[in-house]
Amino acid sequence: MSKHLEETLREKIAQVEKGGDAKYHEKLKEQNKLFVRDRLKLLFDGEFTVEDGLFANVMAGDLPADGVVTAIGKVHGQTVCVMANDSTVKAGSWGSRTVEKIIRIQETAEKMRVPLIYLVDSAGARITDQLEMFPGRRGAGRIFYNEVKLSGKIPQICILFGPSAAGGAYIPAFCDIVIMVDKNASMYLGSPRMAEMVIGEKVSLEELGGARMHCTVSGCGDVLAANEEEAIQSARAYISFFPPNYTVEPPVAEAKPPVETAKEISAIVPENQNAAFNMHDLITALVDEGSFYEIKKLFAQELITGLARLNGKPVGIIANQPRVKGGVLFVDSADKAARFITLCDAFQIPLLFLADVPGFMIGTAVERAGIIRHGAKMISAMAEATVPKISVIVRKAYGAGLYAMASAAFEPDACLALPGAQIAVMGPEAAVNAVYSNKIQAIEDPQERQSFIMEKRKEYQEDIDLYLLASNLIVDAIIPPSDLRQELINRYDVYKGKRQTFSDRKHPVYPV
Amino acid sequence: MKQVAANMAGTVINVLVQVGDEISAGQDVVVLESMKMEVPVQAEVAGKVVEVKANIGDFVNEGDILVSVE
Repeated sequence: MSKHLEETLREKIAQVEKGGDAKYHEKLKEQNKLFVRDRLKLLFDGEFTVEDGLFANVMAGDLPADGVVTAIGKVHGQTVCVMANDSTVKAGSWGSRTVEKIIRIQETAEKMRVPLIYLVDSAGARITDQLEMFPGRRGAGRIFYNEVKLSGKIPQICILFGPSAAGGAYIPAFCDIVIMVDKNASMYLGSPRMAEMVIGEKVSLEELGGARMHCTVSGCGDVLAANEEEAIQSARAYISFFPPNYTVEPPVAEAKPPVETAKEISAIVPENQNAAFNMHDLITALVDEGSFYEIKKLFAQELITGLARLNGKPVGIIANQPRVKGGVLFVDSADKAARFITLCDAFQIPLLFLADVPGFMIGTAVERAGIIRHGAKMISAMAEATVPKISVIVRKAYGAGLYAMASAAFEPDACLALPGAQIAVMGPEAAVNAVYSNKIQAIEDPQERQSFIMEKRKEYQEDIDLYLLASNLIVDAIIPPSDLRQELINRYDVYKGKRQTFSDRKHPVYPV
Repeated sequence: MKQVAANMAGTVINVLVQVGDEISAGQDVVVLESMKMEVPVQAEVAGKVVEVKANIGDFVNEGDILVSVE
C-alpha cells in the first residue's frame, strides 16, 4: 500500500475531528462553550479509546461526523459509552446518520452493560431530512424507545450544554440524571417564537425552559452547574456512586470519618418538636467527609435527596428538611422522593430515610394538584424498593408522613429512632383539638379550658411515648445520637446480603 | 425592588425585620406557623427593607408578599 493512502486518510480524519466551520468555533467561545472533543477530554480519564462513525455523512462535505461523536472511554477506570452532539455542525441538529449513530451507541452500551452518557447540545431534527430520520423504525423515536428499555439496566446520564428542543427534549427526560449548565442549557417543546405565534405568549427562553427554571420549578433538571467544566466534574462525581449495570454492586471508595467540624447530633436536633433546624447538619454529621452529592438541590427543598458514603459505601439519603416549609411533604417533594428511591433501588444503592415530618400538606391548593396520587407514588416507590432500607425517626413522623418515610409496615430492614422521637397519627396539639374539640368549646372559663388542654396533651404524650412504642416492637431500636453513624454502618454491613423479590407480576399499576 | 413572599400558607407568628434594616441574602425575615411547625421565611436577596406587610397573627397564603426589599 502506498504511503499516500495513509496520509490521505490521516488528513481526512484530522479534518473531520476539527468539527464545523471556524466561525462556529468562534461562536462557541462567545457562548462560554467548549468544543465537543474538548468536553470529552474532560469527561474521560484520558483520551478516549474507541470512536465509530467518524466518517458518517462524509460525502456531504460540510457535516463532519454528521454532528455527533459516539465514543467509548473510561471514567474512574469504568468503561462508559458516550454520544455527544457537535453544535459547530449545523447547530448539532439530527440527520439520518446522526440518529443511526446514537441508536448504535445505545445498542453497544446495552450489549456491554456499561453506563451511557449523553452530552446534549442540539437544535433538534433537520427538517429537510425528516423522512430518513423522523418517522421510521430506526428514526429518532427509536432513541427514546431504547432509553426507556435501558432505564434501570445501565446508568443513563445527561449533561445538557445547550438547547434540547422539541422531541429532542426527551433525551434528558428519560435519563437517570440531568445536569444543566446555567444560562446555556435549555429544554422546551415549543420555542419562545413558537409560543408567541401559536398561543400568543411572550416569554424569554430562560423563563420558558432555562436551566435554572428546570432545576428549581419543573424538576426536569437535577443539578445546576455554573459552567461546562463544573457540569462535567459533577457527572464524574455522580458516576463514582454507580455500578456499570444493575447486576453489579456499586463501587466502594476509601472510607473517611465525617468532617471534623460537624456538630454533635444531640446539638443539631432541637427537643422542641415545632422548631426548625437544618437537616443538612445531620447529614454532614453522619456521612463520610465531602461525600454528599445532592440531587435536585434547588427543587422541592422541603425534602433532601442525595447520594453519600457511609464508611466508603454508597447510600441514598431521603431526608425531610424542617428548615424549609416545616419539612411538610408536598406534591413536588413526593415526586422528587419517588424518583430518587427508584434510582437507588435500580442500582443496588441502599436507602436511608431520615424522618422529621409533620405530614403531607393539606388545603385546596395541594388537593387540586393531586397530592394524594403523588403521595401514593412516593409510598409505592418506597414500598417496592428491595435494597437494604433503614428508616430513622429523627424527631417526629406524623400521619401518612410516617408511612412515606419507610416506617415499620413497609418492611424497612430496621425502623430506628433517636430518643425524643414522636410517632403518631398527628402531633399532640392537633390531636387534642381533634378529639376534644366539642369539650374544649364547652368550657367557658379560659384558665380551666387551658388546663384541660394541657392535661389532655400530657396524656397524649404518654400514649405515644417512645419507650412504649419500643416496648410494642414498633421501633426496632432507640439509638443514642452519637452512636447513629456506627449503628448505620453496622446494619448496612449486615443487610448487604439481602435478596428479595417484592411481588410476582408483570409490573404494578402506577399511581401516577 | 424585590419582594419576600410566603413560601406556604400559614399564620405569621414573628416578624424579624423593620423598615430601614439592612438584610443579607438567606436571612430569616418572618416566621410563619403552618402545619404546627415554625416555618422561617428567608430573603433571597440582600438589601434594605422598605416595607413590612406582615403582621403577627395574619393568615397568609403561599405567594403573599411579606416584606419588600430594595
